[in-house]
Amino acid sequence: MNKPYPIIGLEVHVQLKTKTKAFCRCENKYGGIPNSRVCPVCMGMPGMLPVLNESVLNDAIVAGLAFGSQIASITKFDRKNYSYPDLPKGYQISQYDKPICSGGFIEIEDDNGTLKHINITRIHIEEDAGKLIHLEDGTNNSYVDYNRCGAPLLETVSEPDIRSSDEAVKYLKSLKEIFEYIEISDCNMEEGSLRCDANISMMIPLSDGTEINTPISEVKNINSFSNVKKAIEYEIIRQVEEYHKTKEVNNGKNKITRGFDDSKGITVFQRSKEGESDYRYFPEPDLPHLEITEELINKSKLRLPELPQNKRNRLENQYGITQYDATTLSADKKLSDYFEKCCKYTTNYKKVANFILTDICSILNTENISIIDFSVSAEDIAQLVNLLSDGTISSWIAKSVFEKMRLTNKNPLSIVEEESLLQLNNDDELDTIVIKVLSENQKSVEDYKNGKDNALKYLMGQVMKQSKGKANPVKTTEMLIERLK
Amino acid sequence: MNTFLSYKELTNSIKQKKISFKEYYETLQQKIISNDKEINSFITVNEKVLDQASEADIRIANGTNRLLEGMPLAVKDNIAVYDMKLTCGSKMLENFTPPYQATVIDRLQNAGIIFTGKTNMDEFAMGSTTETSHFGVTKNPVNHNFVPGGSSGGSAAAVAAGFSPAALGSDTGGSVRQPASFCGIVGYKPTYGLLSRYGLTAFGSSLDQIGTLSLNCEDAALLTASMLGLDSKDSTSSSIVPENFYNFQSITIKGKKFGIIAETMSEHTDPQVKSIINAKIKEIEKHGGIAEVVSIPELEYGVSIYYIIAPAEASSNLSRFDGIRYGLQNNTDKNIDVKTLVTKTRTEGFGSEVKRRIITGNFVLSSGYYDAYYKKAQKARILLSDKFKSLFNTYDFLITPTSPVLPFKLGENIDDPLKLYTADLCTIPVNLSGLPAISIPAGVSKEGLPVGMQIIAPSFKDGKLLGIGEYILREVK
Ligand SMILES: [Zn+2]
Repeated sequence: MNKPYPIIGLEVHVQLKTKTKAFCRCENKYGGIPNSRVCPVCMGMPGMLPVLNESVLNDAIVAGLAFGSQIASITKFDRKNYSYPDLPKGYQISQYDKPICSGGFIEIEDDNGTLKHINITRIHIEEDAGKLIHLEDGTNNSYVDYNRCGAPLLETVSEPDIRSSDEAVKYLKSLKEIFEYIEISDCNMEEGSLRCDANISMMIPLSDGTEINTPISEVKNINSFSNVKKAIEYEIIRQVEEYHKTKEVNNGKNKITRGFDDSKGITVFQRSKEGESDYRYFPEPDLPHLEITEELINKSKLRLPELPQNKRNRLENQYGITQYDATTLSADKKLSDYFEKCCKYTTNYKKVANFILTDICSILNTENISIIDFSVSAEDIAQLVNLLSDGTISSWIAKSVFEKMRLTNKNPLSIVEEESLLQLNNDDELDTIVIKVLSENQKSVEDYKNGKDNALKYLMGQVMKQSKGKANPVKTTEMLIERLK
Repeated sequence: MNTFLSYKELTNSIKQKKISFKEYYETLQQKIISNDKEINSFITVNEKVLDQASEADIRIANGTNRLLEGMPLAVKDNIAVYDMKLTCGSKMLENFTPPYQATVIDRLQNAGIIFTGKTNMDEFAMGSTTETSHFGVTKNPVNHNFVPGGSSGGSAAAVAAGFSPAALGSDTGGSVRQPASFCGIVGYKPTYGLLSRYGLTAFGSSLDQIGTLSLNCEDAALLTASMLGLDSKDSTSSSIVPENFYNFQSITIKGKKFGIIAETMSEHTDPQVKSIINAKIKEIEKHGGIAEVVSIPELEYGVSIYYIIAPAEASSNLSRFDGIRYGLQNNTDKNIDVKTLVTKTRTEGFGSEVKRRIITGNFVLSSGYYDAYYKKAQKARILLSDKFKSLFNTYDFLITPTSPVLPFKLGENIDDPLKLYTADLCTIPVNLSGLPAISIPAGVSKEGLPVGMQIIAPSFKDGKLLGIGEYILREVK
């Protein structure tokens, strides 16, 4: 008998980084003094009307194109009615039966490493609500911050094609990568610009060869990829146990809503379907139907950058770097852009990739910054790699030159020249040092001749010391061996 | 001094220096002080009106006067004007002053209009008698025992009482035309989208349109010409400018085809109303107009369609009044939770007609009923509009009584909503179809109560509509 397996669909809300909000001209930005970015429209005052921000429409089209969705020729908005203090109008402007994008997919590797499509049901535009704040100020009062109210969101709904927690995380990572590539969202989970709800149910095989499907749990507002994984893994165990206790199966009406408890790593029951509000959707009469022309779609196509999957393949082919390096670089659009910029000034592609992924990334990690905040230009990095590859400087020197580049912002060649760090390649000069070292270290010479290989390394070190690190290591080794014969 | 002056007459009196604006407004003010206690047409009066009148006199003197310099206008209290309360006739907004004003108000201000005050109305424009206002009933100036109609009853009464030559109202199902008819003046509902709704408190957003109440059609045209045009703040506003907006002289009735809608002249229509309208039609024919009876069988569904769509939109539009950000807040208990606060505020703030429509609206939109009510109503609405459209292939204008009944006595029908709803039979289809229509005085009943005739025109033929209205007012007696 097979093992039980989950059926998972994800609903992802991504906040767009347009200059202004979706339906008013308030600044669209994270944080700020509470209620400093509001106006009569987003505060739902009487007589105020929504006016769609065109950038929101354009961004939604670009997103649809990136996921291979069908862009609707006519789309419309609907009101989703519910009452909550963070929702000033008492309804959210959303899209119900004519979403701007339908279909499309994200490609991931399943748990066996086989490529698999996770299909997208729809992508639609909606506006965000404000935020309720419960301060520990002893008053027991709740406060509302409406700064986020009316911020544009795109909701991407997947088909229930996901079969494991790892697949879910891969789907989310890939979705985030694409949204970052098309540069319409920061996808910052901590700031809430990427939020995830997961619909999870289990298929449980029975002894008679049939399968049953457990009631769906919708786990709301999971705030990190690792919590998505935890929530799914928790539900997998919980739902199987629950089934063995109650024998309750999915009947299309018994979906429940659960919340994720961050501190305990578990999901908690919130409400059953009966407790859910009836959203009373109806067409938004304040916004006319929108016609999306071929012309607009074609214009949006021009905005569509190369997508991660394509870039990965191209980096590998065009620059001959390893698949691993190509994947790591393309996971971060800005990092791979930096790599390609470096490649304009050098042909040592593999070395540049290596330098970025080791030396530079370790700095980015320790300083917790992005490549765009990194002070050294791509041109200087390329020059450094060139100096290293053509033997002008030793790798030992390269490290200290890189250090100085970061501190002074000078280019590597001028640092090398100013500090006369050029690699010592002149045979006569090198030979003089080698002879000197050999005569001063008779014991090591004896040791070498007695077969102790370590002695050579010691002598090498002495040459480096006397040459202040400038000696060409390959040449030095050759000359030492020659003299020791 | 006669305060029943049209804009043209007032302008002439000023130009001929018979009076100054200051003197004129002092007379208006006196008249309001002595008579409006009884009529109750205003909720708020503009305290700065005399200063503004003096400014208008200066502009006239130095030649910097604008198109409608110094012309007085009363404004229904669901349209936002800076520094004036926006009560919507409700306790919910009793003390609410908006930090913005309507686009039409901006445009009229730039044309030189002086706003005399905010007029009484049925609460949130829901009603046809001006009896559901939190600020008391308004009486019909023609006969104080009768209602002025509604919901723009305060605006109609202010014009009919001589407090202002014109007023703004809003018309969702007849709320400008029906009170105009009841008070014996002109009411005009423009084509949907002709005037921006920005700053008009929404009732049924797909039906609402700001309109004018005035002594004649020319003033309606003058006001509308200054208000119309695309507004970037209202996505449903139109850039189409109707032709013939000023050129009334060229308009003639000869050869114009009028369709008389049979279903509005049935056995359910008051006999006096019928005979007054029929007499008017005869006169129109005498002047060369061609009148034919037409049938719109779909009309019988108009009231049902309207009382699904309008409450549905209203229930959603009124959700914002929850006592949290502005307006009434019932927080007598310091430790009140949010849900209780919202419930208490709405229970206290809304009157019973508003509550009735919110409940109806929530019902027709709720899952399980949406298809049977709202969706069906939307389909029927389209059929009805198409019917009107096809009739305009044959007819220039359509004619109905504005109201199938004579004005109601005060208190007569306030407890019979269904009877009131069905009395909207003639005006409602116009809103459902987005068409322009006017109500002009057609005669008076034996009791001396005014009867209005409704003329409906094709979309954006507003100029021609007002022109023919003015022609009939002047020539077809
Ligand atoms: Zn805003």
